[in-house]
Amino acid sequence: MARTDNRKKIGWGAANTIAVVLTLIPVLWIVSLSFKSPAAITDASFWPKEWTWSNYSGILQTSQFIEPLLNSIGIGLIATVIAVLLASMAAYAVARLAFPGKQVLIGMALLIAMFPAISLVTPMFSIERALGLFNTWPGLIIPYVAFGLPLGIYILSAFFREIPWELEKAAKMDGATPFQAFTRVIAPLAAPGMVTTAILVFLFCWNEFLFAISFTSTIGARTAPAALAFFSGSSQFTSPTGPIAAAAVVITIPIIIFVLFFQRRIVAGLTSGAVKG
Amino acid sequence: MSIQSETTVVRAADEAPTVRRRELSEGARAERRLGWLLCAPAVIVMVAVTAYPIAYAVYLSLQRYNLELPNAVKFVGLSNYAAVLSSWYWWHALIITLIITIVSVAIELVLGMLLALLMHRTLFGRNTVRTAALIPYGIVTVAAAYSWQFAWTPSTGYLSALFGNGAPLSHTGQAIGVIILAEVWKTTPFMALLLLAGLSLVPEDLQRAAKVDGATAWQRFVRITLPLMKPAILVALLFRTLDAFRIFDNIYILTKGGNNTGSVSILGYDNLFNALNLGIGSAISILIFICVAIIAVLFIKGFGTAAPGTDTGRR
Repeated sequence: MARTDNRKKIGWGAANTIAVVLTLIPVLWIVSLSFKSPAAITDASFWPKEWTWSNYSGILQTSQFIEPLLNSIGIGLIATVIAVLLASMAAYAVARLAFPGKQVLIGMALLIAMFPAISLVTPMFSIERALGLFNTWPGLIIPYVAFGLPLGIYILSAFFREIPWELEKAAKMDGATPFQAFTRVIAPLAAPGMVTTAILVFLFCWNEFLFAISFTSTIGARTAPAALAFFSGSSQFTSPTGPIAAAAVVITIPIIIFVLFFQRRIVAGLTSGAVKG
Repeated sequence: MSIQSETTVVRAADEAPTVRRRELSEGARAERRLGWLLCAPAVIVMVAVTAYPIAYAVYLSLQRYNLELPNAVKFVGLSNYAAVLSSWYWWHALIITLIITIVSVAIELVLGMLLALLMHRTLFGRNTVRTAALIPYGIVTVAAAYSWQFAWTPSTGYLSALFGNGAPLSHTGQAIGVIILAEVWKTTPFMALLLLAGLSLVPEDLQRAAKVDGATAWQRFVRITLPLMKPAILVALLFRTLDAFRIFDNIYILTKGGNNTGSVSILGYDNLFNALNLGIGSAISILIFICVAIIAVLFIKGFGTAAPGTDTGRR
């Protein structure tokens, strides 16, 4: 008995190790590259023989990286706040109120979740140029809000359904209007769901690439992942591999820490959004 | 937060309005108005960013419209569609996209299921595995794509060195292999998390009863776990298939669509920014939209009554 238990333990342990190593290797590799000097980049070894911060000091001195980083943070935060606000209003209506057209709203959100972003690129490019939104923050914030909304509506309506009805009724009995019942009673209870939604929408904005390279032309509005693809290195003569690796690490590590910190919420949100539909 | 408990809540919420609708009191009317009012901003944004541009794309796709010749805009009927559908580029990109989609989703389903079973059943270190699995999900796709690109660059990458200093990204077939590898690495954890949610709905008693009756682990998996997980599997497949069909970031970084590795999304992008042709680009947009709609309809037929978004009759 003890023997089979041990064998089982070794088997699961091996499987665990393989899974963890496979997820970590590409991350460790880009970290390793970011610490190699330009001369050592071409030695093809997995670990740097000498560690240098020069790639980091290089990219952190160039506006080609700093400005897109600030754009990413600003655009991501603004889009997230707007999307969570609009999604919680709609989700509240879906979860709590009886009104015709509810199914249409749910169906529409599902359609947008499946929408091929590339189909919008050509017409939106034309529309944004006509409206003067091309290469501006709102030019990215508006589509990010639209694509964050379906996710938000699904997660939040699932969360809102779990909130006890009686509290809202009690508030209404005490003379609160439906709007007050929303802002004073339900919103605080819904805060965990809203945080989850905010995290997932922010991750989407931070990661988004197609719109970011299509609707921007300069570092005035270009986000960090898009800027990475147009990176030419800190000086004209250095190969951009090291700087790109360093920039990739800078935009990735905070997000990984953030994801790990909020992992329970993220898992709950992802599965409620998809499995519950 | 299981599906069952949610279904009962939904049913209860669905019955309430039918009772209320009969009288449609002042309160019910106020509730309706509030419902519409609360949904309006979200609906306006979603329509403005998707429905309107798609309608505009239909209009543009019927015009000859090149940004370099802004004065030569002219209604040309369906000739842009004819041009795209008779072009080798479109069919090649479509086939590449379908290959990448089918192969990567199939691999992800198998690996995702293994990872989900591992996270569900492992005797120890469950949290470590779950935490590690979230890393590929959290990493920016572009950053991960660069990691794979550098890894396969001759004289820079450890993987290239490992495989005889090869340059797979400059061969069509091998480059597609690397693209699929990058895609699978990045999205398997997402698949696994969705499947894990489905796994946790399989009652433990049923498994134990089957074990007592002498079913092997494989029989239990095929006869009990898989059928009960069917809704979760279909949802995961639908999301991942549509996502894979839209593949752009990984290809853009890894090959820029060179060596005939471009997907339909890469084709649409190149057409706008290299050819500056709004008419042809819009025709491609509409055709991709139709492809995605066909995939979605096929899946939803497969769901039967278990489709997401339909409140009634789920499970």
